[in-house]
Amino acid sequence: MAKRIVVDPVSRIEGHLRIEAVLDGNNTIKEAYSSGTMWRGLEIILKGRDPRDAWAFTQRICGVCTTVHALASIRCVEDALGVEVPPNARIIRNLMNATQQTQDHLVHFYHLHALDWVDVVSALSADPAEASRIAQSISPWPKSSVGYFKDLKARLQAFVDSGQLGIFSNAYWGHKGYLLPPEVNLIAVAHYLEALDFQKEIVKIHTVFGGKNPHPNYLVGGMASAINLNSDRAINIERLNLVKKIIDDTITFIDQVYIPDLIAIAGYYKGWLYGGGLGNYLAYGDFPEKSVNDPNSFLWPRGAILNKDLNTIYDVDPKDMSQVKEEIAHSWYTYSNGNGKGLHPWEGETNPQYTGPQPPYKYLDVDKKYSWLKTPRWKDNPMEVGPLSRVLIQYAKGDPMIVDTVNYVLKTLNVGPEALFSTLGRTAARGIECKQTAGFMLHFYNQLMENIKSGDVRTFNDRMWDPERWPSECQGFGFTEAPRGALGHWIHIKDQKIADYQIVVPSTWNASPRDGKGRSGAYESALKGTPMDDPNMPLEILRTIHSFDPCLACASHIMDMNGNEITTVKIS
Amino acid sequence: MEKKETFAEVFEARGVKRRDFLKFCSLMSVYLGLAPTMVPRIVSAMEKKPRIPVIWLHGLECTCCSESFIRSSHPIVADIVLNMISLDYDDTLSAAAGFQLEEIRKKIMKEYKGKFILAVEGNVPLKDNGVYCTINGESFLDVLKETAADAMAVIAWGSCASFGCVQSARPNPTGATPVHKIIKNKPVVNVPGCPPIAEVMTGVITHFLTFGKLPDLDRLKRPKTFYGVRIHDKCERRPYFDAGMFVESFDDDGARKGWCLYKMGCKGPTTYNACSSIKWNEGVSFPIGSGHPCLGCSEPDFWDNGPFYTRRADVSFVGVNSNADKIGVVAVGAAAAGMAAHAIGTAIKKGTSESKTVETEED
Repeated sequence: MAKRIVVDPVSRIEGHLRIEAVLDGNNTIKEAYSSGTMWRGLEIILKGRDPRDAWAFTQRICGVCTTVHALASIRCVEDALGVEVPPNARIIRNLMNATQQTQDHLVHFYHLHALDWVDVVSALSADPAEASRIAQSISPWPKSSVGYFKDLKARLQAFVDSGQLGIFSNAYWGHKGYLLPPEVNLIAVAHYLEALDFQKEIVKIHTVFGGKNPHPNYLVGGMASAINLNSDRAINIERLNLVKKIIDDTITFIDQVYIPDLIAIAGYYKGWLYGGGLGNYLAYGDFPEKSVNDPNSFLWPRGAILNKDLNTIYDVDPKDMSQVKEEIAHSWYTYSNGNGKGLHPWEGETNPQYTGPQPPYKYLDVDKKYSWLKTPRWKDNPMEVGPLSRVLIQYAKGDPMIVDTVNYVLKTLNVGPEALFSTLGRTAARGIECKQTAGFMLHFYNQLMENIKSGDVRTFNDRMWDPERWPSECQGFGFTEAPRGALGHWIHIKDQKIADYQIVVPSTWNASPRDGKGRSGAYESALKGTPMDDPNMPLEILRTIHSFDPCLACASHIMDMNGNEITTVKIS
Repeated sequence: MEKKETFAEVFEARGVKRRDFLKFCSLMSVYLGLAPTMVPRIVSAMEKKPRIPVIWLHGLECTCCSESFIRSSHPIVADIVLNMISLDYDDTLSAAAGFQLEEIRKKIMKEYKGKFILAVEGNVPLKDNGVYCTINGESFLDVLKETAADAMAVIAWGSCASFGCVQSARPNPTGATPVHKIIKNKPVVNVPGCPPIAEVMTGVITHFLTFGKLPDLDRLKRPKTFYGVRIHDKCERRPYFDAGMFVESFDDDGARKGWCLYKMGCKGPTTYNACSSIKWNEGVSFPIGSGHPCLGCSEPDFWDNGPFYTRRADVSFVGVNSNADKIGVVAVGAAAAGMAAHAIGTAIKKGTSESKTVETEED
């Protein structure tokens, strides 16, 4: 007898996501449906505005991955105008991007994902001495004494005894799917709190160069933070020292807290290898060592993998009109030339037309349209994007750091490479990548210092700042690898104004509804075949969905304008 | 929910020494701008009050407010969510999901009727029966109205909840509407900014917890403590404005020397916020301090007051249309006269802003 369950709201994500799942008689997920339930219509809002302002508008798509849209936006405007930025601007952007990746992954692991693996209530029965022994056996991190864990346990006990469980209320504590011993749960709770305190330090690098976080400032043509070693109102040695200290502390925290915790926790779950899903992986790549127009210089390579075949990495060209296309077979939109065909972002349209049930409703009609997300495809293939995609592409290409780290993790856990194609593999890939991006932070800091030492302090190219110098019409593509995966912005500028702007976002790739051929996206595909212990406690669903790090404000579409006015919206 | 701890008990149970607790209370008083004589009152309040439940809803938004909130350095967010309030419902941090999470909301509404705080991040799409934002099949409008009906007070986080922000920028396709235009029978405090400064957010909460009432608000329902003075009036680059020394192009000589960004489009002269006093991320910097003009992100309709890199308006005074260039010339020639001109211009500008306030209230 099939049973249908709904998880809405999915918590510990960005934005509004709804999952409906159909279970078979053994409570195994037969079908899953992923729906974005929010739409803000920014595409209409951007039309006609100054392209130099677009970064600020698009940045507000998401405050969690709070730099990625700004970066993709300035890159697409610069691509359209033919502007190369000075080396310092490229390096500062890379440093800020690496900072974002590292902080975002850390917050995701501890605050958005850990509670799918860690039972907070179980920690109350931990032996502090044993917790201390375990902690000291896996890491030199200093906060691991018996007294430290004893004190934490007492605080946790008092918190639970208060009867006001706050963010831990009504969750799935005691669920059979939690496999950690109480002591490891206690260690994880300690680091949940430590990471919550530490994450705010990492982003101070954004504040140095961008003035604030969330939503630091970016600039078409470079960066606004001028360098002047003889001024206390510019980037000077004191600012650079602050950045360096944060980088050192970050590397220590990732190496001594995040990675040991990840390996310790994964050790208990290596038998739970569900959630693999599509087996198709896509990355645009990022961290240019030279120009953004030279993908060969990227520290994160561009490419695609199909059917888990690591022997072939396909070339990806987001400007090729035949490669990236968005479909709307199950999305609440219409296309002017028929809904059956996908459109490349440069010819994309967004005409919202809600045909779902009127609220309040119990179930979506998943045979028809059921999401505000579109359905992107690469050469007609559904693709997964994000840390696992990037790590697999680097692994397949033989990046030494990634190969060593992945092999070390696999060996420590005593599992084969096939374990990577799973929910746990996705979560492990994020940690491995976080270690890599913390290293990138230091790499780009050193680059910045070397460049300043050589006498170059330029941060801005003013050649195309004045709109009077712009061509009457041009178009551009900008990209980044957001923490959640490949992000692309496509712009069309006409008469110094934005004529069209379209974005294809990582969570749109991963969370999209089915395409016209009935093929699922990454979330839906990953959930299929997962057995649930108790359908009323959807721990397994949360675990797999969270492993993608959903960002629904990004995914629920968003930007593209082809002069389609929203006044044509019809409600059936 | 039989036993409700006071703050002091919570601190004690968590191993916080009495001396540290008193120190915390003193810091809070300094932070809130209170006289030292108020410290005993804070201590007393923290010792006697149980943790207040908070329901934190998300509408049309980007979660930058939540992200800012967890950046708070004093107090740190772990202390807030574990020791000071009971954050019982929050899409971003709650362990529970789906119907278990919705159960919590209903339970708090019932058990703490009139005694919980409703925090709202994001705003409400009013067009087309609310289909642009649904939670568990219900429109966000219904969820908000239902929850607010039992709340003691409503905190509207950020420019979305306070004024509308990016999704309500022209032509506002979803009918995105700020909270105070929908919830009219409860006290609402607006905490604008995109996002608001972390310590402003936690300051508003701790003010409420400590004194049992909302901070004093201005006509836009903003706490006077943090939104009473323009960024321009406390800006470290203000002397350069007065002296007529302006950045003319990014990364020019003036930019490298930290001169005034007014000509680059800086909205500091028309923006009320604490960026140039409290600053961001534990005082590390603020937008102008890092060389970028203020976008005015805590002001109503700031997205439609652009373009961002264009000077918003000439400063006009006493029947003479002047501008930054002319003021600069005056200032160089006769500093006193220039200062006076600016002071008058400032007063007029403030008047303009307040007349806008009235419009915002009425529309």
